[in-house]
Amino acid sequence: MKQAYVELRDINKTFGDFRASDHVSFSIQKGKLIGLLGPSGSGKTTILRILAGLETADSGEIYIDGRKVNNIPASKRGIGFVFQSYALFRYKTVFDNIAFGLKIQKWQKADIKTRVEELIELVGLKGMEKRYPNQLSGGQRQRVAFARALATQPQLLLLDEPFAAIDAKVRTELRSWLRELISTVGITSIFVTHDQDEAIEVADEIIITNHGRIEQIGTPMEIYLKPTNAFTAQFIGRPTIIENISRFRGFEQAPDHLKAVLRPECISVRKKQEKHKKYEASLEEGAVEQVSFRGSDIELKIRVKGSLVTAFRQIGEPEITEGEKVDLFFYRMYVLDGDNAYTITNQALTVEESVYRI
Amino acid sequence: MKIRNNQGPLKWFFIGISAVFLFIMLILPLIYVLVTGLKKGISVYLAAVTDEYALKAVGLTIEATIISVIVNTVFGLFAAWTITKFRFRGKKIISTLIDLPLTISPIIAGLIYVLTFGRQSFLYPFLHEHGIDIIFAVPGIVLATIFVTFPFISRELIPVLTAQGTDEEEAAALMGAGGFRIFREVTFPHIKWAFLYGIVLCTARAMGEFGAVSVLSGHLRGKTNTMPLYIELLYQGYDFTGAFAVSSILVIMALLILILRNLLEHRGKSEN
Repeated sequence: MKQAYVELRDINKTFGDFRASDHVSFSIQKGKLIGLLGPSGSGKTTILRILAGLETADSGEIYIDGRKVNNIPASKRGIGFVFQSYALFRYKTVFDNIAFGLKIQKWQKADIKTRVEELIELVGLKGMEKRYPNQLSGGQRQRVAFARALATQPQLLLLDEPFAAIDAKVRTELRSWLRELISTVGITSIFVTHDQDEAIEVADEIIITNHGRIEQIGTPMEIYLKPTNAFTAQFIGRPTIIENISRFRGFEQAPDHLKAVLRPECISVRKKQEKHKKYEASLEEGAVEQVSFRGSDIELKIRVKGSLVTAFRQIGEPEITEGEKVDLFFYRMYVLDGDNAYTITNQALTVEESVYRI
Repeated sequence: MKIRNNQGPLKWFFIGISAVFLFIMLILPLIYVLVTGLKKGISVYLAAVTDEYALKAVGLTIEATIISVIVNTVFGLFAAWTITKFRFRGKKIISTLIDLPLTISPIIAGLIYVLTFGRQSFLYPFLHEHGIDIIFAVPGIVLATIFVTFPFISRELIPVLTAQGTDEEEAAALMGAGGFRIFREVTFPHIKWAFLYGIVLCTARAMGEFGAVSVLSGHLRGKTNTMPLYIELLYQGYDFTGAFAVSSILVIMALLILILRNLLEHRGKSEN
């Protein structure tokens, strides 16, 4: 295994009675884009601020590039930081905002000009050098904050909820823009978000936090498909909790009274006349209670053996109406076992199918 | 928005009431001050304002004002900074104490200094031994003026500093900027207009302070009489022309400050 570029070892931090970090340990490889994902108040921003040196940990060690940085001031850690509010200097122009860090490092005037122009070009704000932050849109401000953080060529970029203040449409654009830019620059980056779509779409690896603890670390696919603890299983996706899963066909071998999470993408819905070639024996019958058009697909609420589950159906498939009886097939469920979670697959699926079919 | 665009008699009624009120309460007395001051002719007016004691009073007022404004500028800046940028116990208490001079009667402000530094105080033997006169001397006047005017600058600054938050300073610190640089380049541009406005208010109040200063001054003509005290003295001595003539100077100074204030406010607004 490669040497970790950023490493936290057993970090603890409390604010009064509030445990913001509870034995936090993780390590990050160089060049990765990491998402710190968790509900608000789960301690993700605290981790970021401790890494940056804006907060001091009560105990534990922080390493960046093999160097222990606990006692190194924030400005000497080689970090670029993008604040949630961007924290642009409102009485400075775009140019002066980006140049600020360079001036402090006493760069030559000509070099500053070259570097700032290069960055402005990089973030696509050419011609806006002389504007003030309040003359820019939210997305443009974010780009300036980004350029400013990158100006002094830091080795690590930290972003606190980088898209929270931007409206939904621009946000998706900025997400892919940021992802591309980070891979162009090739800088190790950590961003904080409470939006799981954002984390799954942007990050190479996701760290899930809850109550100051790290719950799970993995690639977006691992986090999504193989939750290893109860919190992750219930936090990711659109979970419905099902009691006593052994009453469903295909899960009869499960012990009695097991609770599990069932997600919409693990359910296949068929009209009565549509045929499930192979899984005939494992179908459950349900009654559709609600049909909602969501633009890209259709969401169904279906009552099956007393439980209300949520499922999706593609637009263009034969229409299902409220009150209709339908056949359901559950591919897999995530069993909640105390604090842990594991995956249980429908017995009707062969081994290859269960791996292949998501 | 009907109420805002009302062109009916109600609008003119309210404007009329306000105008009459302002005229009776403010403009008429101001005119009267000038007219009375000039009643016995311009030469009497000039003699009154160039009187030795009058000039001394003007000088002392300016002196006390300048010192108070400087002290309160420094103190106000520090207090506002402390209250808005740090988290600590007792912050609420400090913030409340700063407002004390606004709620306490100036005469009490004067009396507490008499008690603290006067003959009955335990500090008096020490002060006396070292030849330091506070009560019935210029230092007492300055102290009283500082006390009465110290909330003005910090009160102007606290709201702007609070609204700004600490993100921008943190960002600058992360890039390695030192404390003074952060203040000069990030914080000060933001608080500049509020700051100047606070100084103007503080100056105006310092010039006019009467109550607290009156208790501490001892009313020694040419020594410890500020303009408001001197005016009172003339007035009590039935020298109405003199009193109003000196008043007119104070009024003119106040008007200049007021104009300055409006200019600052206007510039501050157009810049934002």
